[in-house]
Amino acid sequence: MKIRSVQKNTLKYAWKASLPVMAGYLVLGIGFGVLLEDKGYGWWWAALMSLTIYAGSMQYVAVDLLAGGATIVSAALMTIFVNIRHVFYGLTMLEKYNATGREKPYLIFALTDETYSLVCSAQLPDGIDEKRYDLYISLLNQGYWVIGSVMGAVAGAVIPFSSTGIDFSMTALFVVIFVEQWEKTKQHLSAVSGIVISVLCRIVFGASSFLIPAMIGILAAMLLEKRWLEGGRTL
Amino acid sequence: MNHTAYALIQVAVIAGITILLRFLPFLVFRNGAPKLVLYLGKVLPYAIIGMLVVYCLRNVSFTDGSYGICEVLSVGLVVVLHKWKHNTLLSVAAGTVCYMVLVQAVF
Repeated sequence: MKIRSVQKNTLKYAWKASLPVMAGYLVLGIGFGVLLEDKGYGWWWAALMSLTIYAGSMQYVAVDLLAGGATIVSAALMTIFVNIRHVFYGLTMLEKYNATGREKPYLIFALTDETYSLVCSAQLPDGIDEKRYDLYISLLNQGYWVIGSVMGAVAGAVIPFSSTGIDFSMTALFVVIFVEQWEKTKQHLSAVSGIVISVLCRIVFGASSFLIPAMIGILAAMLLEKRWLEGGRTL
Repeated sequence: MNHTAYALIQVAVIAGITILLRFLPFLVFRNGAPKLVLYLGKVLPYAIIGMLVVYCLRNVSFTDGSYGICEVLSVGLVVVLHKWKHNTLLSVAAGTVCYMVLVQAVF
């Protein structure tokens, strides 16, 4: 009886904590679904991608890769570059998630930016089961994302107005993340390098083939700027 | 190969690599990570998001069409609104609506 009430409290607590993510995932999920449908992929594509890929910004990029018939190699490279940050979320969760049971694979699979932000720093009150909390957060968040994306794909098919330009929501999302990261640090050399190298590569190599040179250039720049970036000097 | 099969392979590759990336640290760094990896993990995200912004805007032309006015105005709105309100949903929604109105009704 006691165990059940702890579980119930934990679920309630996790649900409350996940509300901001619910709002975000529903809106961004709907945007993704609409965009996907707009390119000719119906609701089951949205469900499939949100269940198996489950990475917000990558799924927006994936719409472009699918619609443009990108090669497998460029899809793979793009995925590595967009999602490489998840490696570092994992690095900070090693200890915590290694101590979990059979839910461990799902917890690692579901470690999106937003889920990470809720599970990495949670100060849980008494009577809340931490392992359950992590699992509930992970499940709830993916639920919101799947529901939102399917809703978008279904509604997109019957949407009464032109959706031309809706793909700007992806640009807007990345601009928002860029602004947030900019405000989080005084060291702007990395962010500026990313923009400058990408723009230069876009000018030199053209819109369809600048990405890979840009990725290589950014990696090289990060290694060359290591002493500067680590030295605490600011730009 | 037909289009559906090819798209399914693309989804499988993207999903597989995403899963691999999320599992990688748990598979590799059981006893702590090398310093260079930790360093890249710290600095790469900033550059990568910048690259993604440029990637989204890669087809904008400043020499013909609407001269990139829609994009510049909408990105500007997102930045200003986000600096002001710090509300992700509001910034994304307002920027997108602004862009849709501009490309559909103005230019």
